[in-house]
Amino acid sequence: MLTTLILLPAAAAVLCFFIRQAPLRRALLVSAAACHAGLTLSFWFRPPDDAWRGALRLDAIGQPFLSILSGLFLVAAVYAVGYLRRESPGPREDFLEGFRFTNAPEAVFTGCLLFFLSTMTLVMLSENMGLLWIAVEATTLSSAPLIYFHRHHRSLEATWKYLLICSVGIGLALLGNFFLAVAASSSHGASTPLSIHLLCERAPELNAPWLKAAFIFLLVGYGTKMGLAPLHTWLPDAHSEAPSVVSALLSGALLNCAFVGILRIFQICAAAGLAPYAQGFFILFGLASIALAAAFLLAQRDYKRLLAYSSVEHMGILALGLGIGGTAAFGAMLHAVNHSFTKAMLFLLAGNILAAYRTKSVHEVRGVLRRIPVTGALWLAGLFAITGSPPFGTFVSELLILRGALEHGRFLLAALYLALLSVIFVGMAATMARMAHGEAPPAPAGAPDALEAKLSIGPPLALGLAVLLLGVYLPPSVDAVLRRAAEALGAG
Amino acid sequence: MHSLLDTLMVLLVFTNLRILGLSRINASIRTVAAQGVLLGLVALVANADHLTGRILLIAVAGIALKGIVFPVLLFRALRAVKIRREVEPFVGYIPSVLAGVAAFLVSLWVAARLPLPGRPPSDLIVPAALSTLFVGLLVIVSRKKALSQTLGYLVFENGVYAFGVGVAYEAPALVEMGILLDVFVAVFVMGIIVFHIAREFDSIDTTRLATLKE
Repeated sequence: MLTTLILLPAAAAVLCFFIRQAPLRRALLVSAAACHAGLTLSFWFRPPDDAWRGALRLDAIGQPFLSILSGLFLVAAVYAVGYLRRESPGPREDFLEGFRFTNAPEAVFTGCLLFFLSTMTLVMLSENMGLLWIAVEATTLSSAPLIYFHRHHRSLEATWKYLLICSVGIGLALLGNFFLAVAASSSHGASTPLSIHLLCERAPELNAPWLKAAFIFLLVGYGTKMGLAPLHTWLPDAHSEAPSVVSALLSGALLNCAFVGILRIFQICAAAGLAPYAQGFFILFGLASIALAAAFLLAQRDYKRLLAYSSVEHMGILALGLGIGGTAAFGAMLHAVNHSFTKAMLFLLAGNILAAYRTKSVHEVRGVLRRIPVTGALWLAGLFAITGSPPFGTFVSELLILRGALEHGRFLLAALYLALLSVIFVGMAATMARMAHGEAPPAPAGAPDALEAKLSIGPPLALGLAVLLLGVYLPPSVDAVLRRAAEALGAG
Repeated sequence: MHSLLDTLMVLLVFTNLRILGLSRINASIRTVAAQGVLLGLVALVANADHLTGRILLIAVAGIALKGIVFPVLLFRALRAVKIRREVEPFVGYIPSVLAGVAAFLVSLWVAARLPLPGRPPSDLIVPAALSTLFVGLLVIVSRKKALSQTLGYLVFENGVYAFGVGVAYEAPALVEMGILLDVFVAVFVMGIIVFHIAREFDSIDTTRLATLKE
């Protein structure tokens, strides 16, 4: 079953390159995503067996993140159909600088999207640190062509930065894996394969200095990909230049993949009794990310970069929750779900705004509520969701992290966290609310006539409802899965 | 045998210094290729007393990929972009070489702090691997041409790989092959992007890639 889950999208991806008819290819994308989601859903009722001699396993940590990925991808695939219809082939004019450019062939885009799904699934299911590394690097490679969909110099620059920075970061993570192997080989003389549950079982015997070094390298390596400050530099560029549906997947799914990598090494460190050591670093990186995001959010002129910096902030919140531990670790798991859905919704809406206004500047977008009312209303709802206001799920999870901090007596940390979140609220609210209100400027030439197709508002609406539901009523099954994930981490 | 491994490690450090001092890109590609072959030999020599099919496979695949396939890909990219040499790197050649020497000294110091458990096949593995890694990073940040940066990435990757093969890291052959495959695809994708940068800007100078900033 687990093998099918990985090979199904990969096979569909290969097929995409051979299908000539665009509608057929789009149908394949959505049906592969739907099958993937169906299989993932079935795992909630009947846990799948291990595959590949135990290298693939759906464990307590993998399950929530696989479910986020699968659900999000299905929604994004539906949106992508509408997006690809809008992006007719042939040369088009760049709205920022006025030159002409073409898009990458649609077959390449759809194929890479499906490969991307396949590699991200592998990340969630890897039970071996080596396999996990291969999968994370493969996500970088399969997503680089997606960022370079619009073939012009800005997206080229973003792709180059993304590829180089993330590859070097992930190279450091590979060194971390080797260090981990050294740490594991000391006790018996013979070395072990880097199976995560074996390492956790034997954790007390691991060589502590090498394990600590391994943790640092894996944290920095996967942290680069997760967008923790100061290693986040690729993130705003890639998110602003990629098509919105890709940005949604990068923020909602890819950053989680890197987070899973960090969770795995944390799991091993916690089993070895090094949790306090690791948590110190999480708090440091977490606070740095939130603070840096706050600084760049305040005066942001590009609304897609605004959302990208907000992702840096939320990755910081996840790291912080993990660093505090206890209630906050559960809060971080819940927050990962909330952030993925909220941010993906906002990026999809940003795609709608971009299509209607043909500009990414926050000063030129006015009156979204009048021009495209549904998108505008959802945009305002998304603003409240992303800043952690009630009644959305993000409010609950950010509050849980705050409660965790207070329970552990870390009042200074709690105060800093609250202060930074309020600065971010002000910064984002000022910008995003101004975009929604006011008189809409005259429609730019070349904007599509039918501005709000069902395919462009249905997906963000579904995501918004999910976040709202998580805030009002957390289903017991979801609660149990997230609790199990937090317990599996061993963050006391 | 140990002295042979030590010699290979010293050669690895020499290739690093050579890469830092070269301006002609085709000579750099050849040096990086030599480094790849060297690493394949390291894999064989470091595990000479328990040579298995797995290690042979890894060494041969490594030599074929790093010594033949990558250079061919990179030479093809070089012909396509029609440049000969790196111009005016951010850090000059002589300071680069000095920085490379300094990196090696720092690596020796770091390695003395982190003793390998058990008996390592050579004391020079950790310092040589770490200094290769630093040199790779230095090339990435100090050179302007996208192709030079790709070479820097390869040198960096070689440093990581040197550590992996040197300390007899036991992983399923499948995982090792997966790692090599990933690096291969990375170089392939980077090569394509280099080609696109050349077409878009009539140059592969990454200082032209400076539109996106705050």
